[in-house]
Parts: sequence; structure tokens; C-alpha cells
Amino acid sequence: MLAEFLALTLPPMLIATLAALICALPGNFLLLRRQAMLGDAMSHVVLPGIVAAFLLTGSAAGPVMLAGALAAAALSALMIEAIRRTTRADPGAAMGVTFTTLFATGVLLLEVSGASAVHLDVEHALYGNLEGLIWLDGIGWAALADPAALAGLPVELPALAAALAAMALAFALIWRPLVIATFDEGFAATQGIPTRLLSAGLTGLTALAAVSAFAAVGSILTIAMLICPPAAARLLTDSLPRQVALSLVIAAASAILGTLAAGYLPPALGLGFTVSAAGSIATLSGLFLALAATFGPRRHAPGHPAGRQSGPSA
Amino acid sequence: MIETLLHALFFQAGYNAALVSLGAALLGLAAGAVGAFTTLRRRALVSDAMAHATLPGIGLAFLAMAALGGDGRALPGLLAGAALSAALGLILLQALSSRTRLPEDAATGAILSAFYGAGIVILTVIQNVGIGRPAGLEGFLLGSTAGMLRADALLIAGGGALLLGLLASLRRPLAMTAFDPIHARMMGIDTRSTDLMLLLMTLACVLLGLRVVGLILIVALLITPALAARLWSDRIGIVAILAGLIGAAAGHVGAALSLALPDLPTGPAIILLAFATFALSALLSPQRGLLSRLRRAPLRPGG
Repeated sequence: MLAEFLALTLPPMLIATLAALICALPGNFLLLRRQAMLGDAMSHVVLPGIVAAFLLTGSAAGPVMLAGALAAAALSALMIEAIRRTTRADPGAAMGVTFTTLFATGVLLLEVSGASAVHLDVEHALYGNLEGLIWLDGIGWAALADPAALAGLPVELPALAAALAAMALAFALIWRPLVIATFDEGFAATQGIPTRLLSAGLTGLTALAAVSAFAAVGSILTIAMLICPPAAARLLTDSLPRQVALSLVIAAASAILGTLAAGYLPPALGLGFTVSAAGSIATLSGLFLALAATFGPRRHAPGHPAGRQSGPSA
Repeated sequence: MIETLLHALFFQAGYNAALVSLGAALLGLAAGAVGAFTTLRRRALVSDAMAHATLPGIGLAFLAMAALGGDGRALPGLLAGAALSAALGLILLQALSSRTRLPEDAATGAILSAFYGAGIVILTVIQNVGIGRPAGLEGFLLGSTAGMLRADALLIAGGGALLLGLLASLRRPLAMTAFDPIHARMMGIDTRSTDLMLLLMTLACVLLGLRVVGLILIVALLITPALAARLWSDRIGIVAILAGLIGAAAGHVGAALSLALPDLPTGPAIILLAFATFALSALLSPQRGLLSRLRRAPLRPGG
């Protein structure tokens, strides 16, 4: 049981947790800036970026994939803006056209070029490959102190740890101007804060989150972690630092409990199999949001107790 | 291959293939026309959430039908399950965005990802319990015309035709609500139920498109033709008709392409064709096209 946990459960759990934290961090700002769906768009455009980068360079190394994904993210930002200007459509529609087109291109490139070559197929892109990220050397607690055994950990683990560190550092550096620009863009501009640059930077960080998480956990978990934990945290507190901290706790809790539930719940119910960890983490984060929306102390729309009457569909 | 494609394009590749591409064309026609109103009403991404929210329903319907001893892949049953879970997703989305302080886009993304995640969990259950052949369900993600039954094609074609009739009869209240809801209310139009009808018609497009385009990309069949059509006209009636025609062409040619090239996933093929039409429109449209703007530019050096 222990050996199995160390080898089969712990690595996916840690990787999912790191990916969840990486996504939840920028997600907080996307939420406040009403750009939540940008995360959805980014997690889709990562696919063509990765595939095109591989086809152009023949390399599947991390930096190459990152460059491809960032290029695709930049291209998608340009496309969204161009479509908005030519059609005067709302940002949602422009975004929808862009990410479906780029995602379809990615799928087509994969099918045309031969999927296995990229170590990636469409299913992979959607669900990720958490269950495959195992630690064969993880036999007994001694392995945790054995450098040779530790070297056998999935490469995604150190890569995601580095990405999380980079993400945390980036947010620490731009925290103050970003917070000001998020709450009052006009005021920020009068203070000499480069709001456009910050906005592009946030898009870049979202793309970084999407590409780091994408290969390990797939697009579905990326979207869920960008949106659900920050949304749940938003219903619990008014303070931004507390919201960010709570979102990280909720993201980590979803990742840890979701991995455990996917691996141990079906067998406990007498079923002889496990279910998708990425899927159950996403589901769990949705349940956390449902709890926050039902009981969260700051859940109410402005104007409560009368309640906000003007729903978007009215 | 060219020959197969030409045969498929001109409905000569056999009765089933002809039905499939006819179904795809009618689906494109309906989705394009309905989408013209959906995008005008700014519900593009809500329909994306709806599409993703169908997955748990598809999976549960499969399990239920298989457990009852039937064919888990019967399309009408799967679509019924899809409709129920998409409706639940919509209700929760509405509750999240009207009763909490979350903005609608965050509520949309949250519903989309949580339902989709639950759907993936159910798909892995189906893969593991080993009832029926779940392979058919993966086709709902990115669309597949391979192995489509005659009855399925007829269902899609018939549904598309019905939807077009409904849209034609509701075009006036829909257009007025989309342009100016306050004015529409003064003219005695019940904008709430008009909006609900539009949402239901959008849902119907999503359901009909699940098999052919797939739930990940079906939203594109609602918005891309509509945005392309907007480049040619400002009148909603003309935009709806043009969007329908663009959608029909993309659906038909895309289905024919994937019949000729079985490895080509149908959804991406249709969506890229729709986008090609959009790109051409953005280039060539007389008022807003890039070319005409370039030609006009020297006359207005200050602009």
C-alpha cells in the first residue's frame, strides 16, 4: 500500500497540486478583470503552439514548447483584437472564433503530421496524462532520501516546481501596480503605471500557466484551475491577498483530494478500476465553488438583500 | 481521394454518405442562422459552456441505456441525456451569475470546466466497466461522421429543418430583442421568453452538432459564420441568411472531406472551413474588408 502510494499516487498528486497552484495564481486577476474566459482561450491555443513548434524544430524540449505556446498566445491575442475591430463583435465572440480556429488547427496538424511523434495526441491534450506520471523508483520511504531514486521522478515535477517559482516571483514583482490597474485602470494610468504592458504581461503569465500545466494535466484541468478556485475564493472574502491565499488553498485541496478520490474511491466502492484524476479534480473544484456559492460569506451580488434583479438574460 | 471527395460533394458517394453530408449542411444552416442571433445577444461563450456541459449527460445516458440492455450508443437517448445535463448547467450558470457576485464570464468558465471534468470522469468509468463499445463516445468530443447511422443523419437533418422553421417564425421578436430589448418591451414583446427561446434554439443547435462537429468546437459553428456574415451586411435578416449559407457550405464540404479522408476529424475540418470564409470576408468585404480599407486609406491621411 505504502509503496504503491509513493510510486503511483504521490507523483501525480504533487504534479496536479503544482499545476493547480500555477493556474490559480493568474486566475485571480483574470477573474477580477472579467477576463476569466481568456484562460479558456489560452488552454486551447497552447495545443497548436506546441505542435507547430515541434514540427518546425523537431524538438519536444520544454523551452521549445514554451516558446511555441507563447507565440500561439500572442497570435491569439492579435487575432482577438483584429476580429473585434473588423466585426465590432463582443470580446466573447471574437475569443470564441479565435480559440476554436487555433484548436482545430492544432488537431489537424496532429492528425496530418502523425500524432505519436509529438508524444501527444488529442486525448492527451484534453485529459492530460496524470496517471502516467509515476515514480518507478519510489519503493519505501528510504527512496525519498536516495538521490538515485529521486532522479527517477517524473521530469514534470521539477519543471512545474520551477514554473511555479517563476510565476510566484513574477507576481511578487508586479503585485502593486497590477492590483492598482486591476481595480482602477484609469487611476493606474494617471499614476504612470503601464497598464497595457501589465495587461499583456498577465496574458503572458496566463499562457505560461496554461503551457506548464497543459502537458501534465491537460486542457480541462487547466481551465478548471484558472477559474474555479479563484471564483470560490472571491465568494469568501473581500480582501485580495486573502482571496489569492484562499484560492491557492482551494486549488491544492482540489488537486490532492481529487487525485486521491480518483485512485481510491472507485476501489473502495468495490469497483475494480480508477477514474480520470484530471476530471475528478475539475469536478471537485466545481463542488468547492458550489459550496462557496451557497454558504460563502461574501457570495451576494452587490445590492443584496434586495438581490440583483438585472440578470444578464433579462 | 479527389474522386471520393467529388462524389461526396455531389451526393454521389452512396445513400448514407449523401444523408450525412445533407445532415451536416442542414446543421450548418440552422447553427449559422441561429448563431447570428446568439452572437448579437452576446451569448457566444454561454453556448460553449452549454456544449461542454452535455458530456456528463452523454456518459450517464450511455450507462443507463447499456444497463437497461439496450444499445448505449443510440443517438436519441444520448441527446436526451445531453439536453438534461446542458439544461442543468445553464440553470446553475444563471444562478451563479445572478445570485452571486461572480461575473457571468467566470460563471460560464466554471460551469464549463466542472461539467466537462465530471463528463471525463464518467467516460473513464465507461471505458473501465466494459459495457458496449465506448469508442463511439469519443466522437462526441471532436465530431466524427464515421459509422454514423442513417437514422442519426435523418435526425440531424430533420432537427435542423425544424429549427429553421421555428427561427423563421420567431425572427421578428428575436431581432427586436437583440437590437434593443427596452424598445422591444415597449412594443409589447416578451423579451424574457424570447431570450429563453433563443437559448433553447441554441441548445438545439449544440445537441444536433454533437455528433458531427463535437462538443469542443460546436460553438464555432454558431459564431464564426455569424461574424463572417456581419462583414457583408448590417441587416440582421440578411446576416442570418448569409450566416446560415456559410454554415451550410462549411458543414457540407467539411463532412464530404472527412468522408473522403477518414482520418480527418470532421469537427476541425468544418470549423476551419468556416474560418476560411471569415478570413476571406475580412479581406474582401466592401465596407469593412482589409482591401477596401487599404484602398480608401490614402484619401484620409489623418485617419
